[in-house]
Amino acid sequence: MPLRKCAKIIKGSMALLILSALTGVFAADDIVQLGQPVSEADLRDWDLIIMPDGSGLPEGAGSAVQGSAVYEQQCASCHGASGKGMPGVPALVGENNSAGEPVVRAVGNYWPSATTLFDYVRRAMPPTAPKSLSTEQVYQVVAYVLFLNDIIGEEHELTHNNLSTVDMPNRNGFVDRSQMQ
Amino acid sequence: MSDKQKDNASMNWDHVASNGLLSRRHLLGLGLASTASLAANPLLAADTAAISTPSWSKVPGRDLSGYGNPSAFTQEVQRLTGSPNPLLPGGGASRSPLHLLQGSITPNGLHFERHHAGIPNVDPAQHRLLIHGLVRQALSFSYEDLLAYPQESRIYFLECSGNSGANTAAQPSDGTAASLHGLLSGAQWTGVRLSTLLEEAGVKEEASWIAATGVDGASMGRSVPLNKALDDVFIALYQNGEPIRPEQGYPMRLFVPGWEGNVSIKWLGQIKLTSGPANFRDETSRYTDFLADGKALQFTYPMGVKSVITSPSGQMTLRRHGVHEVTGLAWSGSGAISRVEISADGGSTWAEALLEGENQALALSRFRLPWLWEGGPAVLQSRATDSAGNVQPTRAVVLAQYDAANRYHFNGIQSWSVSEQGVVANAFA
Repeated sequence: MPLRKCAKIIKGSMALLILSALTGVFAADDIVQLGQPVSEADLRDWDLIIMPDGSGLPEGAGSAVQGSAVYEQQCASCHGASGKGMPGVPALVGENNSAGEPVVRAVGNYWPSATTLFDYVRRAMPPTAPKSLSTEQVYQVVAYVLFLNDIIGEEHELTHNNLSTVDMPNRNGFVDRSQMQ
Repeated sequence: MSDKQKDNASMNWDHVASNGLLSRRHLLGLGLASTASLAANPLLAADTAAISTPSWSKVPGRDLSGYGNPSAFTQEVQRLTGSPNPLLPGGGASRSPLHLLQGSITPNGLHFERHHAGIPNVDPAQHRLLIHGLVRQALSFSYEDLLAYPQESRIYFLECSGNSGANTAAQPSDGTAASLHGLLSGAQWTGVRLSTLLEEAGVKEEASWIAATGVDGASMGRSVPLNKALDDVFIALYQNGEPIRPEQGYPMRLFVPGWEGNVSIKWLGQIKLTSGPANFRDETSRYTDFLADGKALQFTYPMGVKSVITSPSGQMTLRRHGVHEVTGLAWSGSGAISRVEISADGGSTWAEALLEGENQALALSRFRLPWLWEGGPAVLQSRATDSAGNVQPTRAVVLAQYDAANRYHFNGIQSWSVSEQGVVANAFA
């Protein structure tokens, strides 16, 4: 055990002894403090979380025109050239079918935040080699999927500044139950 | 009528609901009743051939082992694994064989699995848990560090929110308790309270959520409100007394008691304090509940009050007339199970089952009730009530809350039909 940690434990234990002597209360939470300080700057490239307001997005840009090649190489074999998916692979393009056909809930008609697409593609796609796409490739392919869903134009350049402002049609389609438990 | 059949008929059964449900007091007399009904079957003669000295009592047995295995005679007690999806390596689920197990603790090798990118082979010496974001000091913890913290052991159920989704279909599938409801397990989990580590990092006032991610290929992420995170969420290091299994997140997983299993992030590597939910893919595109009006529920966290009869259950056959024990599991994400009722007539009449054990909150409860089956058709159901007063709804009531395409959070009453031939099958009653 590093000396620093031992010192912290001993310090904590002494404080505990004094506290216990004074109050007779056992303050278990004070015994062990072993977390190693790190700086948020050190975590910037490691932290993949993108918030709906766009915070966490790495600097970069890409358009659907650029993304079609990435999509063709990395995505189309499973998700299909037009993003319809196949058995065992989710569709990327939503369909609001009428006449009794089931609705296909996907990016364009269901996902509330465009940032989710960036976050998910970067952390989890493609399944055989997650985290292998460059930042530019992720921007490009996200733009392409949004283009396939008629959310943005082919030339629209997504950037770390404007991705969170993409107008997702179903952004108000969810009932937040997080505080109704 | 044989003498034994006369015994069966003339026994002083205390009926508590129609179609053969008997008082719990007969649980103690089950052995006697079974003997009577066994003997009533002329095909079953006394098994005198078994009264001999077996070969295994005439030789030394096998040697000791470093890690034990189940008997070779119980090889059928396996998780129900689906066929792999070559397009999503490591994705999928395996189900606990609920109908082959007893008690309320699932053995570690039979705990259900649900992975989105397979099971990573995490080296604990290299693994780190980072706590950062809206904290006064971002901190890194090694596995060894966490082992040194005060730990607590607690018994909880874990259920995938997609469990039982097959019963939302228009027609009942011919499933078993495992294939229909096996994304459910119970275990004793031991670990460190998340609040202990959050206090060490110092949560800033503007923080209201945590975003947790794993170190698997999918880096699965979920958001949890800070009030829950500070309440009873912990970092599980042990499962039923041994280091948690790779399938359950070795070396460490988040454990969020009572909530849909997906939020209990396995192979936990990151807790980020945030001022809102991250809207991860698996809390927007997935794990949201479609409503009939086109909207969807997001962050439906606690699992609804629920129960399932594990015996007799789907694809079993009752091979004798007489008294059978109806037994199963009940659980709720909103408290302890306070009552389980059984019906043998499709829900017309009900009788209260015996709840076994200490009946802890957010844990599986085992229930039992004797049932006299004399060869007539029956529909067996169980209905759980929790300590918050929630009563398990019928299938129809659950379905009415959602769009027909919804598969999550189905907690409707399970019906098992029993034919005159004793065949037990999934039914929509």
